[in-house]
Amino acid sequence: MFGLEKKDASLLILVAVLTIFAPFILNPFPDGSALAQFNAGYPDLMQRFVIFGIFAIGFNILFGLTGYLSFGHAAFLGIGSYAAVWMFKLLSMNVIPAIILAVIMSGLFALLIGYISLRRSGIYFSILTLAFAQMMFALAYSVLTPITGGETGLQLALDDPRILSMASSTDGNIPVPSLFGMEMRDSTQLTVGAWKFTFNVGYYFCSVIMLVAFYIAIRIFRSPFGLMLRAVKSNQQRLNYTGLNPRPYTLAAFVISGMYAGLAGALMASMDPLAGAERMFWTASGEVVLMTILGGAGTLIGPVLGAGAIKYMENILSKINGDILHTWFAFLPDGLEDFIVTIIYPFIGKGWHLTLGIIFMLVVIFLPGGLVEGGQRIMQKLRGKSADTDSAKTEPAE
Amino acid sequence: MGILEVKDVNKRFGGLQALGDVNLSVQENTVHAIIGPNGAGKSTLLNCLVGKLIPDTGSVMFDGQSVLGRTPFEINQMGISRVFQTPEIFGDLTVMENMIIPVLARRDGSFKLRAIEDVRDEKDLIQEAEAMLDEVNMLDKRNMHSASMSRGDKRRLEMAMCLVQKPKLLLLDEPTAGMARADTNNTIDLLKTIKARGDITMCIIEHDMHVVFSLADRITVLAQGTPLVEDTPENIKGHPKVKEAYLGEAA
Ligand SMILES: Nc1ncnc2c1ncn2[C@@H]1O[C@H](COP(=O)(O)OP(=O)(O)OP(=O)(O)O)[C@@H](O)[C@H]1O
Ligand SMILES: [Mg+2]
Repeated sequence: MFGLEKKDASLLILVAVLTIFAPFILNPFPDGSALAQFNAGYPDLMQRFVIFGIFAIGFNILFGLTGYLSFGHAAFLGIGSYAAVWMFKLLSMNVIPAIILAVIMSGLFALLIGYISLRRSGIYFSILTLAFAQMMFALAYSVLTPITGGETGLQLALDDPRILSMASSTDGNIPVPSLFGMEMRDSTQLTVGAWKFTFNVGYYFCSVIMLVAFYIAIRIFRSPFGLMLRAVKSNQQRLNYTGLNPRPYTLAAFVISGMYAGLAGALMASMDPLAGAERMFWTASGEVVLMTILGGAGTLIGPVLGAGAIKYMENILSKINGDILHTWFAFLPDGLEDFIVTIIYPFIGKGWHLTLGIIFMLVVIFLPGGLVEGGQRIMQKLRGKSADTDSAKTEPAE
Repeated sequence: MGILEVKDVNKRFGGLQALGDVNLSVQENTVHAIIGPNGAGKSTLLNCLVGKLIPDTGSVMFDGQSVLGRTPFEINQMGISRVFQTPEIFGDLTVMENMIIPVLARRDGSFKLRAIEDVRDEKDLIQEAEAMLDEVNMLDKRNMHSASMSRGDKRRLEMAMCLVQKPKLLLLDEPTAGMARADTNNTIDLLKTIKARGDITMCIIEHDMHVVFSLADRITVLAQGTPLVEDTPENIKGHPKVKEAYLGEAA
């Protein structure tokens, strides 16, 4: 299918099915029940799952395949967002031109930053990318305030030109991003018994783009280009003495991953039309590194899983507070209840970073291949067992 | 004029004169062996041929063109492939993937962005890689993770990776070191077959005299960075200077 081998095609289909049915899958608990706060099936979070999935898929093309660890990819995310918002301000609220300009701009910046940073490898490369990203952050935060909106960020205004569409909507408000008339924020709700499911235009738009991005990543992984990138990671010396120039291959990977980041940034702006410098801060660059490693660097599906896991924790764990814990453990005797709540408390709410840190450490130590390796091990165990029972069944018959 | 002409090459590492006035002329489609004791400068000489090191003085001409100042990948594209003393392969990749990369390098040059095609669909490329693997008796290992193979197998793989490039000049740095006797003999047979086709020049560094005398047309003896003698295998065998340099005997 689409020129993919069977295994890759089934993976793509699986991801497609999961994203299409995500509003159901992520909302397993009835509305209003105690567990409802674990539901992740609301548009805002689902959009973030796929947008950061795109970011991580692109980052993985660079880091997973070539081993070059960029610590500045959030810069491209920010550039994508600024470019998109400018398109909303100047041209129209249609998301397509915004996305196109964002991808082009982030690609150009990635070409420049990559060209310079790739003169070094290893830690020096990482530091160079970090330095560039922090410079971009500083530029966006203060120096280039007329372009970026500085501290407050870049926002839409009623008097923006928007030469291809109306400056304001019919009711006099700032118009919202849309795809040929379909507004990104539009949702339909479906109520089944106690369950409530939300289907959001923006989420499905982002999902389609993520599936395309994922498909392109699969093609790259299987292509001669992808093989060269893996060779760069494995042995640059051998690559050189085999007549291949590692530099343009790595630069191409850098630019492509920068464009993925710009695409993700544009989608963020399309869901919520503002762009701020904090999107380029170094912690944001670090986050995509964590996502990729947590899910499994160099694997196809890993970065998407990692992005999902981290965004889930960020949004769900951080919402749990002490009161909620007390209601959960209310059935316990008072002393014990307080004790357990005191122990768990540091890991929830603002402390969700602590939980993330511990999970990340456990994964890196025990599952160097990330969540994907965990999944593979479980599958192997299951298969191993079923194979055993199979042979036990068939052998006597022979 | 030989296909490879090394003239007055000097290379110093601090106080150590690793190569001193090396002159070497290798004729097209012959096998030229370079022998000499440990630390004689044999590997350093090869490094100067492939762009890993730049000689302090002197010139290196290949096929009528200077290789000095060119990058390793440019020199390889000129037609020089090298097997290293410690095997250099793509350890994270499978044997087959290791083979496909040099084939791609020969077909597509030092850089070509092909991000949409599937490698596995390029049948003639796969066939070529498989044929070469078959020639070195490694077809059964095609899906193996190359880092997990024995040292001898890694070396054979590296040799196959170089041969599949169809180089004009093949540089071999101790190709049989770390190989079992049987594998050494297989390697000799392979190199003999390749040589018999008459379209490749080889420069081979080797401590195993059986290998040297089975293959070489000419032999250069290097000691302390300087060529002592250069002659045919027959004449080298009994040469007193060689015995002295090699065995440390007083002549
Ligand atoms: N990059 C380097 N820096 C400093 N000294 C070096 C370097 N490369 C080689 N040498 C020194 O130059 C001398 C020649 O080394 P070389 O590796 O060429 O010897 P060789 O003839 O290949 O020996 P062997 O048979 O052990 O492989 C040695 O004394 C070695 O220590
Ligand atoms: Mg040596």
